[in-house]
Amino acid sequence: MAAHVVPPRVYFLIFGSLMVLTALTVGVAFIDLKVMNTVVALTIAVVKATLVVLFFMHVKYSTRLTWVVAASGIVWLAIMFSITFADYLSRGWVNAAQ
Amino acid sequence: MSETVHADAQHAHHPALQHHFDSLEQQAEASTLGMWVFLATEIMFFGGLFLTYSIYRMWYPLAFHEGSHHLDITLGAVNTGVLICSSLTMAMAVHAAQVGSRRGQIRFLILTILLGGVFLGIKAVEYAEKFRDHLIPGHHFQWHGEANPRNVEIFYTLYFTMTGLHALHMIVGIGVMLVILWMAYRNRFSPQYYSPVEVSGLYWHFVDIIWIFLFPLLYLIGRHG
Repeated sequence: MAAHVVPPRVYFLIFGSLMVLTALTVGVAFIDLKVMNTVVALTIAVVKATLVVLFFMHVKYSTRLTWVVAASGIVWLAIMFSITFADYLSRGWVNAAQ
Repeated sequence: MSETVHADAQHAHHPALQHHFDSLEQQAEASTLGMWVFLATEIMFFGGLFLTYSIYRMWYPLAFHEGSHHLDITLGAVNTGVLICSSLTMAMAVHAAQVGSRRGQIRFLILTILLGGVFLGIKAVEYAEKFRDHLIPGHHFQWHGEANPRNVEIFYTLYFTMTGLHALHMIVGIGVMLVILWMAYRNRFSPQYYSPVEVSGLYWHFVDIIWIFLFPLLYLIGRHG
C-alpha cells in the first residue's frame, strides 16, 4: 500500500497539542467571559477535532475524494443547524409583527 | 487460457486482495472511503442530539448552567485526557501495522483497549454519583437549586443520552479492537495490507472527537460565575 507513513514524532506532537488545549479549555472555563465562554470552548474543541481529523485520521494525507466525503458530514450538519435555527430564532419575530 | 493463468497469477499476488479490486491500493482506498461515509452518518446521528442540546440551552440557560455546575469537572477532564491518550496509542497501532511490527500492534492495541476501559470505569463512577444524588431523569429526580427542576431534568436527560450513546460507541469500539487484536496476534496484517487496523482506528478517533465536543458543552458551561 502506497499510504503515507506518518512519523511517530508527529503523533506525539499532536498528542501534546491536544493535551495543552484541553488544559487551556478547562482553565478558560473558570474565567467569566459572558457569552464568549461558549465561543472560546467551541473554538478550542474545533481546533482539537481538526488536529485529530487531519493527523490521527490521516485526512491530510488522503485523496481528494476522502476530503470531500469527510467534509460532507460537516456540511449536512451545518444545513440541519441553519434550517432548524432559522425556525426557532425567527418565531418571536412573527409574533411581534402581529 | 494464457489470460486465465495471468489473472490467477495476479490474484495470487496477495491473499488479502479481493477479486473485485484491481489492486491493494484501490481496495484500501475503498475501505477508507466507506468508513468515512459511515462516519458522515454518525455525525448526523450525534448531530441531532447536539441540535436538541443547543435549542434547550437557548431556552433554559439557568437550568443548564446549574446542571452543568453539578457535574464533576475533574473526572470529566481526566477522561478527556484518557481518550486523547487512547487516540495516540491507536494512531501508534496503525503505525506499527504500517511498518510491519506485530509486537507494536499488539502492545498499542492492548493499551488502547485498557484506556477505553479506564474511560468507561470513570464514567461508571460518575453515573453512580448521579444515581446517588437523585439526578436520574424520572419520578425520583430531585433538584434543590434556583432553576426549575423540570428544566434541569432536561439537561440531565441530554447528559445521559449523549454520554450514554458515546459510552455505547466506546463499548463497540473496544469490541472492534479485541477483534483487531486477535487478527494482529494471528499475524494477519502487513505493510501491504492493514485496512482493518486503519479503518477501526478511524472509528476510534471519531468517538474521541465526539467527546472533545461533549466535554466543554456538558462539563464546562457552568463553571464561571
